[in-house]
Amino acid sequence: MQRDHTGVIEAEGLVKTYPGGVTALDGISLSVRGGTIFALLGPNGAGKSTTVKVLTTLSRPDSGTAVVAGHDVLRNPDRVRRSIGVVAQKAAVDPSATGRENLRLQGRIHGMAGRRLESRIAELLEQFGLPDAADRIVQGWSGGMQRKLDVAMGLVHRPSVLFLDEPSTGLDPEARATLWAEISRLAADEGLTIFLTTHYLDEADRLASRLAIVDRGRIVAEGAPEALKAELRGDAINVVVGSADAGPDAARVLERIEGLGAPTLDGTLVSARADHAATTVPAVLSALDAAGVAVAAITVARPSLDDVYLRHTGRAFRAAALEVNA
Amino acid sequence: MTALAQTGYVAGRHLRFFIRQPWFVVMALIQPVIWLLLFGALFKSVAQIPGFTSAATYLDYLVPGVLVMTALFGCGWSGMSIIEDIDRSIVDRFLTTPIHRSAIIVGLNVYELVALLIQAVIIGGLAWLLGAKFEGGILGYGALTVCAMLVGATVAAFSDAMALILRQRESVIGINTMLTMPLTFLSAAFMPLALVPDWIATAARFNPVNWAVEAGREALTASPDWSMIVPRVVALAVLAILTTAWATRTFRAYQKGI
Repeated sequence: MQRDHTGVIEAEGLVKTYPGGVTALDGISLSVRGGTIFALLGPNGAGKSTTVKVLTTLSRPDSGTAVVAGHDVLRNPDRVRRSIGVVAQKAAVDPSATGRENLRLQGRIHGMAGRRLESRIAELLEQFGLPDAADRIVQGWSGGMQRKLDVAMGLVHRPSVLFLDEPSTGLDPEARATLWAEISRLAADEGLTIFLTTHYLDEADRLASRLAIVDRGRIVAEGAPEALKAELRGDAINVVVGSADAGPDAARVLERIEGLGAPTLDGTLVSARADHAATTVPAVLSALDAAGVAVAAITVARPSLDDVYLRHTGRAFRAAALEVNA
Repeated sequence: MTALAQTGYVAGRHLRFFIRQPWFVVMALIQPVIWLLLFGALFKSVAQIPGFTSAATYLDYLVPGVLVMTALFGCGWSGMSIIEDIDRSIVDRFLTTPIHRSAIIVGLNVYELVALLIQAVIIGGLAWLLGAKFEGGILGYGALTVCAMLVGATVAAFSDAMALILRQRESVIGINTMLTMPLTFLSAAFMPLALVPDWIATAARFNPVNWAVEAGREALTASPDWSMIVPRVVALAVLAILTTAWATRTFRAYQKGI
């Protein structure tokens, strides 16, 4: 399979404001190389889906440009549409049709027909482990199976770029693991460029060779997961204090401790990075004890994408997700 | 050519769904029969009113009204399919493929018109069994069916456009009830215009539903005046084409809101 290592997706300064004044995209720029998996990571409402909608020609940006598979999304949307497969956040399958009929309609829309289409359908059903269910009405399928069909529908016409908007949301762990394996395989064996969005840190960490963290319509960090984690010097020391009132006191205490980075506060959780966690933890504990701050728990963690997120947005990932959902 | 093929695929998808819902099929077949029998009984004595001068029997008079009303009421729900497809992200999936936007609308409406055609056959057959004379013969009934289908195409496209603009079930239901009832009764569907108040007769002249009813009814007479029928059919066809073109354009409005 041919691979193109220049930017298969290039977006520059995408801005999108919805009627009502909600700014979904506030200047998104990104670049995705051919044959790689790129993850856009962020909480619900951060602008992930809107980015996908713009890149897949569904939505027009107010300003900015985007080129996908060599075609401008605004000037040549139909060319883009021929080159991409799109798997939306919600399984876009026709529940009253069978799996095979769903795939057939999708293929026909892309101008496929006859034996070529039928053999492609059989191949995809096999690949996604659906041959037994193929001729049953989709209505009765499990969520995981519908999701697989959904992804298969995005692949019928052999696109060069596949967009997956939160592919594993709502899937049980087993279905998620199968899907992850399939996504990795598509990029590795078939040279597909995959652009996925997720609000699962582990998903981005596991699948993507590069990722961007999006928060409130802006990209706050971009790079390889390992590089982003390496940027965070040392380990994280996470202190959970007895009450939220004690949080600011604890943060002030930690600020003064040598060998410890600037602390961040999130409710009862105070976190800071340490060059040498083993020697710093006792100092933290005794300083807090001296200041009269009750400690409920203290943990040391290797850098994770949670920490990357926290550092770049100033909020813990879970908190951001809750805030948006509230 | 591709747009035509794509229209066929979309129509096939809806027809398959229709056939697989036996309850749907039964409802679609029974409803016009009920209207025919109900209105036939209800308005039977209208034919005795002095001034009622047309058609061989009241049943002959009634059939065009019932068929055009069936077109209005049946095709007016077309937008519900669009809403369901929006809710299931199927519209979004279509819009990220190179499918012609017109194929999405026309394909759906072809399905509506096939269903209407089946209803037309049933209404005609039943009316004939009940004693309608249909002096205009098959050709006349065919012309009436074309008129009803053009009304159906217009209403379906209008309903689709509303669904894409407003994206709510309630809006489609509202438009349906707000529009279909007055359009049906501001016409000669069930009562000759000579017997209705002047303002209704005036409104009816601008009502496409009335054009269809009158043209269809004329076509069913023993010696139809085609110079009266053809302009009405042409006007209905133009209206159907314009609303369909408009519905196709409403995808832009839809895409602005997502």
